[in-house]
Amino acid sequence: MSSTTADAHAGGHGHGHDHPKHLAHHFETLEQQYGSGKLGIWTFLLTEVLFFSALFVAYTMYRAQYPEVFQFASQYLDTNLGAINTIVLLFSSLTVAWGVRNAMLGQHKMLCINLLLTLACAGGFMGIKYVEYSHKFHEGTLWGGHVDSIFKADPADISETMKEHSHAWNGDGELVAVKDLDPVFRQRLGLFFAVYFCLTGLHGIHVLIGMILLTWLLLRAMKKEFGPDHFGAIDFGGLYWHLVDLIWIFLFPLLYLIS
Amino acid sequence: MTPSTNTLERTNYLNATKGFMSWFWTIDHKRLGLMYMWSVVAAFILGGFFALKIRMTLMPGAVDFASQTAEQMNAYNNAFTVHGAVMIFLVIIPSIPAALGNFVVPMMLGAKDVAFPRLNRFSYHLWIIGALLFTGTFFIGNLDTGWTFYPPYSTGSTDNTVILATLGAFVLGFSSIFTGLNFIVTIHKMRPANMTWFRMPLFLWAIYATAVIQILATPVIGISLLLLLVEKTMSIGIFNPELGGDPVFFQHLFWFYSHPAVYIMILPGMGVMSELFATFSRKPIFGYKSIAMSSLAIALFSFIVWGHHMFLSGQSQLMSVIFSALTFSVAVPSAIKVFNWIATMYKGSVAFTTPMIYGMSIIWLFGIGGLTGLFLATLGTDVQFHDTYFVVAHFHYVMVGSALFGFIGGIYYWWPKMYGRMADNFWTKLAWFMSFIGFNLTFLPQFVGGSRGMPRRYAGYGTEAGYDSFNYWSTIGAMILAVGLTMALGTLIYSMFRGRKAPSNPWGGVTLEWQTPTPPPEHNFEIDAFPVGDPYDMNLCEYNGEEEGFLPVNPRADDPCVADVAIDPVYFEPESENAPA
Amino acid sequence: MNLSALLRAAAWLQQDGDYFFPVEASTNAGEVDRIYYFIFWVSAVSFALIVGATIYFAIKYRRTKVGMNPEDSPHHSTSIEIVWSVIPTLFMIVMFKWGFDDYVDRRTPPGDAYQVNVHAQKWSWAYSYDEGAETGMGWLGGEGEGLVVPVGVPIKLRIDSADVLHSFSVPAFRIKMDAVPGRYTYAWFEATKIGEYPVFCTEYCGTRHSRMLSKVQVLSQEDFDAWMKKQGNLADLPPVEAGQKLFQRKCASCHNMDGSKLIGPALNGLYGKEESLVGGAKVTVDDNYLRESILEPSAKIVEGYPDAMTPFAGQLSEDEISWLITYIKSVK
Repeated sequence: MSSTTADAHAGGHGHGHDHPKHLAHHFETLEQQYGSGKLGIWTFLLTEVLFFSALFVAYTMYRAQYPEVFQFASQYLDTNLGAINTIVLLFSSLTVAWGVRNAMLGQHKMLCINLLLTLACAGGFMGIKYVEYSHKFHEGTLWGGHVDSIFKADPADISETMKEHSHAWNGDGELVAVKDLDPVFRQRLGLFFAVYFCLTGLHGIHVLIGMILLTWLLLRAMKKEFGPDHFGAIDFGGLYWHLVDLIWIFLFPLLYLIS
Repeated sequence: MTPSTNTLERTNYLNATKGFMSWFWTIDHKRLGLMYMWSVVAAFILGGFFALKIRMTLMPGAVDFASQTAEQMNAYNNAFTVHGAVMIFLVIIPSIPAALGNFVVPMMLGAKDVAFPRLNRFSYHLWIIGALLFTGTFFIGNLDTGWTFYPPYSTGSTDNTVILATLGAFVLGFSSIFTGLNFIVTIHKMRPANMTWFRMPLFLWAIYATAVIQILATPVIGISLLLLLVEKTMSIGIFNPELGGDPVFFQHLFWFYSHPAVYIMILPGMGVMSELFATFSRKPIFGYKSIAMSSLAIALFSFIVWGHHMFLSGQSQLMSVIFSALTFSVAVPSAIKVFNWIATMYKGSVAFTTPMIYGMSIIWLFGIGGLTGLFLATLGTDVQFHDTYFVVAHFHYVMVGSALFGFIGGIYYWWPKMYGRMADNFWTKLAWFMSFIGFNLTFLPQFVGGSRGMPRRYAGYGTEAGYDSFNYWSTIGAMILAVGLTMALGTLIYSMFRGRKAPSNPWGGVTLEWQTPTPPPEHNFEIDAFPVGDPYDMNLCEYNGEEEGFLPVNPRADDPCVADVAIDPVYFEPESENAPA
Repeated sequence: MNLSALLRAAAWLQQDGDYFFPVEASTNAGEVDRIYYFIFWVSAVSFALIVGATIYFAIKYRRTKVGMNPEDSPHHSTSIEIVWSVIPTLFMIVMFKWGFDDYVDRRTPPGDAYQVNVHAQKWSWAYSYDEGAETGMGWLGGEGEGLVVPVGVPIKLRIDSADVLHSFSVPAFRIKMDAVPGRYTYAWFEATKIGEYPVFCTEYCGTRHSRMLSKVQVLSQEDFDAWMKKQGNLADLPPVEAGQKLFQRKCASCHNMDGSKLIGPALNGLYGKEESLVGGAKVTVDDNYLRESILEPSAKIVEGYPDAMTPFAGQLSEDEISWLITYIKSVK
């Protein structure tokens, strides 16, 4: 077998001289470095999708088993707030994508503005989420294991204050007291909210991580660290943010728009 | 006499910088590999201690069955839980990929480092945090759930150690994900231009297949453990039958990861085997493509067989039948690999070095481990063997007999490259012999005990149950195994200080890591370009008596491996594009 | 190593059954063993070939001097690789099919099977019959009746669990099935030999998992009928005796009556005593305390004991609770 060489690959670069400023020591070229980062972030996003997958499987499994429970439960979710949040996140995807473009073109000021806008959207999303959560904790529309939950199999376990004002519309459009529902049905409502809080909670954690990431990028952008030959971090952070948005795009119809 | 290609007296990656922080905060993949290796060894000693504790409790006559107290039983339950969790999460999963993989992969690629060195360091620090969380359970209670953490037991009345342990496993999961991600990108992006996929050494194929499993399966265990944590701390109810949840659902999620995890453990061992059989037969590996493809096939099949852990869990009959059929499918590529290794020896020049002896014994041990898997894949017989010592023996033949022996064989193989010294020939072989005998004596009786119904995770068996003889031989075997493994460790530590200085290529390997001085310089290679053809073209190097090792046949003028060796000008024919930059 | 150890080590050779299996005591056992021996011999021959080839090649082609080069040989051979992929596949298809048939058979009880309900909880087995009889754990050669069944009749087991996962295993019948809280699982067998066979819990369930033992008593049909006739109702017994039977069945795996600690405290001489609770409070043992401790054990935990008991709320009738209290009162 004839031996060939990897010389072409080694390029013209020797040992440190003509090494571009942003090129890490172990890479040969900027293209290789950028390509590695890109593959790395996509692989990471794949693991993120799989991270959520178990919850989506839980959702699918329990919804297939108890479709009427899920339909009933969705009346507790505020479709308007969910829709506003969807729009907020979609807009933030636009600004972050625009920011990547700014970084590529070296538009430092626009980059900062776009990152700031994205951060503001993320904050707005979390604010609306907070409103939704606190409402649910107030009403006791929680998973069955929570002490204040109104979805316990045994009505004796539901606190008196919660019992009085918890009513819901049944399938025939009649207002019924939650405490009078079939115990098994009520218990499964608790299961729906277990899935709801796990999915939206985990997504919320990802939004928070995204906000930390965006803040870090913003601080670096303010120091004008990014430019046409060095926009990888913005690009990869943006991809992460798109994924966070994408998961919400799935969550919104799955949870809020069941009926 | 010191071989000319040994750099112990010169600057190398071991002595280039000094001090604790130069190791702890390093981003050098070789140093990280070594630190992983020693950390794994330390964790192994901890897990081994608990293994001995298990065997001592089960030795007939050691503990009276009738008067065994609840405290003694709890201690036993803790012992098998910690043994399992430590050995799986802290030892076998990171052993070959994180320790040997980190050390070898970039050098095999002719690269200076992995694609993301800082992420690599972060993985290692996550490993340490995970290990500390596990160790923390000793101080706050008695972890006794079994390494499988099945609810509702784990979320019910057991103490808060479960929180620390699942948190630990969660962190270790991310350590494993980042290692896998790093290797995938490294192998994709850092290969020399003319090292095509089918010119990669098979160890790289194995690591690549492993990394695919790591990034696809590990997130699922991550979220499952997170859900278990939420269940434990906030009673969320997804796995709790009292709140309408399904405990069997956790088993599905758990085994969706944990079955592929078995291949995270065994595939890298198979990669080491391929290197050993090629180098020590001085022949190209037989059936290169089918070995490479079988690694990928195993990785893919591993995702669709998890249900065979649950034939008796109450899952539907149909699922059990499908999973049984799929499970057999994973046996075929494993068998192909074994046949290929054996065929590699045919008409070879087989050297009985210590790594090769590990390699050959793995064929037998993996043979037993794999063939006994057939009994467990078959629905009819699995009912009898499920959750008995038959299963325990089966997976120890795979985890220890194949993965751990592969790890040790791999350490001996790359040891000269790591520390620039050779381990002693006689004592390493004696250590192997003791381990081999001890291992078989420990686990062969367990097959028979298991087929006679002996249940696992029992703190004791009355004499009436009739399992005393199996326990007796197992305990004797475990003690011999412990002596053998301790000796193996001793030979390594001794050779670090007193071993004969190693040439750059003591075995005649032709993959790229053998083409740099021993121990390698900080950035792996002193020259940029490397010949890359058939990864197993053994004609690329030949034995040199003065060197007591192998030297390149067609060296380049600037190759530091041969700087001090007189070069016959006939062999020195640099191709034009080979010229130094 | 001494002589007694050696004798003990060889003891299993003289036990019932053959080298690998306990005695075949159900209609299904023979089939499982036949599948086992088929796979065993296929594996044994394959293993012998693998080991033989490794040793033969290693010796024949060993490196006799340093630097020796190999002979020429092919690097791959499509035909031989196909052969060694296809042959194992064919054998595996046979294994799968055979195991599948047996499994489907085992999962499908005959329509006329006699049902017994198996109740698992930490750490005891209880069995209840539609005729009203109830039995407790039992162990080889010990007290307690265990699962009593007639020979030659298909028995369908409906298994449930009150707390965590358990698994019901009878090696002599080659059956095993998990007990899952919140649902029923099923297994069936038809015993072929009169005798006593061990039952194990084979899914880890906590401290006394290794003591969650029981036995199956296989009786002739006449003996079984006679036994069933004797069972009568607990309600026909004096409350103390009814309580004692119930105690043996439900409580004895964790509570002694001889003053020694098991998992929970011993219960003899308990009535009227003052107990210190976790958290410092004290309580005098009376009927209400006993009742609460049975139904909601976590409400008051005695100092020095774990919060490990499964609540019996919903499992016991008012009469049964009252019998238990009467019995506990009676033991000084």
